Amino acid sequence: MTTVADMTISHRDAERYEEKDFGFWLYLMSDAVIFALLFATYLIMVGNAAGGPTPKDVFELDRVVAETALLLLSSTTFGIAAVALSAGERGKVLLWLAVTFLLGAGFIYLEIGEFAGMIAEGAGPQRSGFLSAFFTLVGTHGLHVSVGLCWILVMMGQVYFKGITAPVASRLMRLGLFWHFLDIIWVVIFSVVYLPGLL
Amino acid sequence: MIVRHARALRWSSRISAATAVAGLTVLCAGCGVVEGPTLDPKGPIALSERNLLFKATAIMMIVIIPVFIMAAWFTIRYRGTNRKARYTPNFDFYWPAEIVVWSVPAAIVVWLAFHLWEYTYKLDPYTEIDPSVKPLQVQAIAQDWKWLFVYPEHDVAVVNELAMPVNTPVSIEITSDTVMNSLVIPKLGGQIYAMAGMQTRLNLVADEKGTFWGRNVQYSGKGFADQQFQTHAMSKDDFDAWIEKVKQSSKALDAATYETLAKPSQKVPVTYYSPVEPNLFDCIIGKYSHGDVDRMPLSRKAETTE
Amino acid sequence: MDIFGRLTIDSLPFYSAVAASGAAVTVLGGLAVVGAITYFGAWRMVMTQWVSSVDHKKIGIMYIMLALVMLVRGFVDAAMMRSQQAIAYNNEGYLPPDHFDQIFSSHGTIMIFFMAMPFLSGLANLIVPQQIGSRDVAFPFMNSISLWLTTAGAGLMLISLVVGKFSTAGWTAYPPYSGVQYTPGVGVDYWLWMVFISGFATTMTGINFLVTIFKCRAPGMTMFRLPLFTWTIFITSVLIIFAFPALTVACATLILDRNFGFHFFTNELGGNMMNYINLFWLWGHPEVYILILPAFGVFSEVVSTFSQKRLFGYVSLVCATIAIGLLSFTVWLHHFFTMGSSAKVNSFFGTMTAIISVPTGVKVFDWLLTMYRGRIIFKPPMLFTIGFLVTFVIGGLSGVLLALPPVDYMMHNTTFLVAHFHNMIIPGVLFGYLAGYMYWFPKAFGFKLNEKWGTRAFWCWIIGFYIAFMPLYVLGMLGFPRRMEHYEIAAWQPHLIVAWVGAVIILLGMICLAVQLIVSIRERNEALDLSGDPWNGRSLEWATSSPAAPYNFAVLPKVESRDAWWDMKRRGVAYERPLEYEDIVMPKNTYAGLVIGVAGGIFGFAAIWWMWWLALLALAVIAGTIIYRASDDDDEFVMTASEVKEIEDARFEQLAKAPKNEMADEPGYAGDAAAEPAT
Repeated sequence: MTTVADMTISHRDAERYEEKDFGFWLYLMSDAVIFALLFATYLIMVGNAAGGPTPKDVFELDRVVAETALLLLSSTTFGIAAVALSAGERGKVLLWLAVTFLLGAGFIYLEIGEFAGMIAEGAGPQRSGFLSAFFTLVGTHGLHVSVGLCWILVMMGQVYFKGITAPVASRLMRLGLFWHFLDIIWVVIFSVVYLPGLL
Repeated sequence: MIVRHARALRWSSRISAATAVAGLTVLCAGCGVVEGPTLDPKGPIALSERNLLFKATAIMMIVIIPVFIMAAWFTIRYRGTNRKARYTPNFDFYWPAEIVVWSVPAAIVVWLAFHLWEYTYKLDPYTEIDPSVKPLQVQAIAQDWKWLFVYPEHDVAVVNELAMPVNTPVSIEITSDTVMNSLVIPKLGGQIYAMAGMQTRLNLVADEKGTFWGRNVQYSGKGFADQQFQTHAMSKDDFDAWIEKVKQSSKALDAATYETLAKPSQKVPVTYYSPVEPNLFDCIIGKYSHGDVDRMPLSRKAETTE
Repeated sequence: MDIFGRLTIDSLPFYSAVAASGAAVTVLGGLAVVGAITYFGAWRMVMTQWVSSVDHKKIGIMYIMLALVMLVRGFVDAAMMRSQQAIAYNNEGYLPPDHFDQIFSSHGTIMIFFMAMPFLSGLANLIVPQQIGSRDVAFPFMNSISLWLTTAGAGLMLISLVVGKFSTAGWTAYPPYSGVQYTPGVGVDYWLWMVFISGFATTMTGINFLVTIFKCRAPGMTMFRLPLFTWTIFITSVLIIFAFPALTVACATLILDRNFGFHFFTNELGGNMMNYINLFWLWGHPEVYILILPAFGVFSEVVSTFSQKRLFGYVSLVCATIAIGLLSFTVWLHHFFTMGSSAKVNSFFGTMTAIISVPTGVKVFDWLLTMYRGRIIFKPPMLFTIGFLVTFVIGGLSGVLLALPPVDYMMHNTTFLVAHFHNMIIPGVLFGYLAGYMYWFPKAFGFKLNEKWGTRAFWCWIIGFYIAFMPLYVLGMLGFPRRMEHYEIAAWQPHLIVAWVGAVIILLGMICLAVQLIVSIRERNEALDLSGDPWNGRSLEWATSSPAAPYNFAVLPKVESRDAWWDMKRRGVAYERPLEYEDIVMPKNTYAGLVIGVAGGIFGFAAIWWMWWLALLALAVIAGTIIYRASDDDDEFVMTASEVKEIEDARFEQLAKAPKNEMADEPGYAGDAAAEPAT
């Protein structure tokens, strides 16, 4: 009996990866619509502070700049990991994935701190429509980043145990799409939520 | 061959039977509908709305009737057993037909669109009916499960009853002290939603005396079915007398009475109140807006989300 | 924290005889299924060949089974409502408001989310890969997840009948009524979580079919050679991908409001209920077209096959489908003209709505022109199609009327509206799906459905429809609001009694469908479909055997024109026996989809009842399963050429026994493809 691995089906495999990439793009588009609607909701709600804190009262520029720096940097380090991937350097891939993970985890750490601080000050999501929309929009992005972190860990495991096989490389490429997508969303959050709130 | 014809006949008789049943249903049903609010309006707004309905139905017949005829004709004529009918299995494209099937519905829609804009502007419930006449001001507040009508110019309020002088425009400001409601008096005109913290408006006029039912038509919970009231369109003198009658009421609608009244209750009898807490309507809106400027009343805030 | 969250013994429905009997029927129904599988000793087959299957055909069949079960449940709700309203003049009827309100909420929810959506996914699964000449969908495993998450949502729907009460907020769950202040308890949470979970499943289905149709077509199958059904699934998939996020956001934010004290849609503290209504209909209107476009696709296939003629105006029909898809995103506000928008906004959305009737009208005329100069054979699917054509235009008329804002001010929230959308959904969506069910049944099971009972079902459905819903139009003109538990206006009652009679006739239609299925199974040997092409079909799904081999096509077909299979028959290259077969790579069956579905259902149940530990556990199981599966590169197996040859040899043996053309004995038969001159 032949097994799949024995067959030379590289053309078929290439097609499969192409289908998966295309499907993943569609998922990202669908996810982008979710974010677009959360942005729209935030813009509708941003004035509804209900006598509670307004954006000016709760946003801290320093922290947001730090968060932005971490996330943008993590996109760059992921890029380096992708270059190492195409060069087939397993060790470097692992190293730069780990750096990406740490930067992303730093981002999440800062964001959790921000949320906890706001809640402690009485500016939690239950306070007003504005804060509900803020926590949901930024929190949804944070949730995505957390899922991305788990995915990075899983892929590090796969690279470590399986090596850079075709399926692993294909998955890493899609993880890259996801990670850069979250970066773009963050840039929009920064410009739509934090900047107007602070200016 | 005879068998085949018999079968075809059976088909056509079945189809005509079905059509007849459907037609009969509509006809029988028609008996009651002529006195119904849609076809027998008692005010110019509802009348205009009905006329638009008639016009649009008539113009749509340009498409509907050919469909009925073609469906019946093709079904019978081109039944497989009818070997006399022409059969062109490759006939799948014909320019003139394409042009007709796109352009005729499109032309109808263009016609409809013009009427739609004209009537939508004319019948916008926010538009004053006659700018030269000062309308009677009424404030309607939806509660679980009743309507409170406040007459701010007369310092009276009524639960589950609305009175208005005939031939005088009435401007109703509407809000809700509970979930979303929708106020309608079908014989006089269309509906508009009532929402907490927001104000909507309905301009109506009755051109005939009479009693017309009105109600909430937006499902609002277990007391929904009984959330109805009577509207009395009466002469100017009768209306003044009615206001006097309400003013005789021993009950004042102050903040405390209002709180009790606003609690959920069903089948509340008509109740008269006078005097009424000043600015009651604005306070009810205000209690949901918490100083948020963009949700203050008197502007058309329902538009904000579009 | 209590491990059972807010679940207590009082959540069981012993407070009302009607509710308790509903629960009993549900539980007994579940036990009966388990009992039947045990009695027939079918557990092994069910587990290894069905629930673990990633074969799109089996997934399609399971979807349709789910849809038919839920159709029964949704119909029972409808019949209960009609009975209540027929008697509730000046009295309380037999249902208290609380119960009546649950029933109209569950009726709409079931019919849209758990009848129509699974039916649509089922037909798409069964047919699309075969129509495009593919061996599978693009993502077979994700397909299995979609099925089981949809089933999890439907399961929650059924569980809500037994544990706790269902929502009373209607199928749209408008806040602030659906907020926790006005509707505490688990009802709305049941609604939210089941819609949320099945929404995920649908989004995955949309992605799956878009990629399948885009990437997996047979050589030569260009976009403008695709059968119309595939085209409609393609556009429907696009709509799903862009519209369902709105539903996800609407549900998620309402969940946050209800369970975590957020203020998206509350009256107080800066909530804005209008935002929910916009989000909901931003999904809800495209959803209407998500449902009906595939039905249009079925009608296109059926009308051409049974008129024994090419589909008229193929390009027009495709353009109309695309136009409807685009326009469907520009009309959502017509669901709430009465929310106080300005005349300008209302006029714009009213006009867009009227415009959408143009491509729809074009479709109707193209189908009629397909019948023109055809040779029509009145099989049940064709009857449903003709019934649809006639009835649907009435719904179109009332739809255009409701698109006029001033008319909508009068008719909104009355049964005129209810009659309108049932007039679109029953003759449009349901007739389409039933036509598809009867048309493609032989492809799924290898034997045809009984035509006599199918015809009877059709007549009961169409006559019942008219008698049940024409009175609702009239009632709407009499001002009868929807969702009335009782009423005090005598003029309304006669119409409601007539409508009840209509519901009884539709019940007969339901019974005919059940009898049809039973009779067909019992007499299957007399109606075997040996050739795989029982209707002298035109598109590629009829090229495979009935039921199709696991790989559909041993050799991928080469497509040279529209109506690809007809063209192959005409050129005499149909049923060609290849000289040799090749190995075929197939996805392995897996329980992972089922595990994710079950865990998804448990997650939903736990979240509804606030058993947060269990919810987290279920999420962990889902995450673990996905990670395990994602690390498993050995998810395919090879069906060797000799295995394929064995299956194909049996197929050709069967073909030799089959009549040359299964339709040839029909009185209206016009001749086979080979007899047709080339153009």
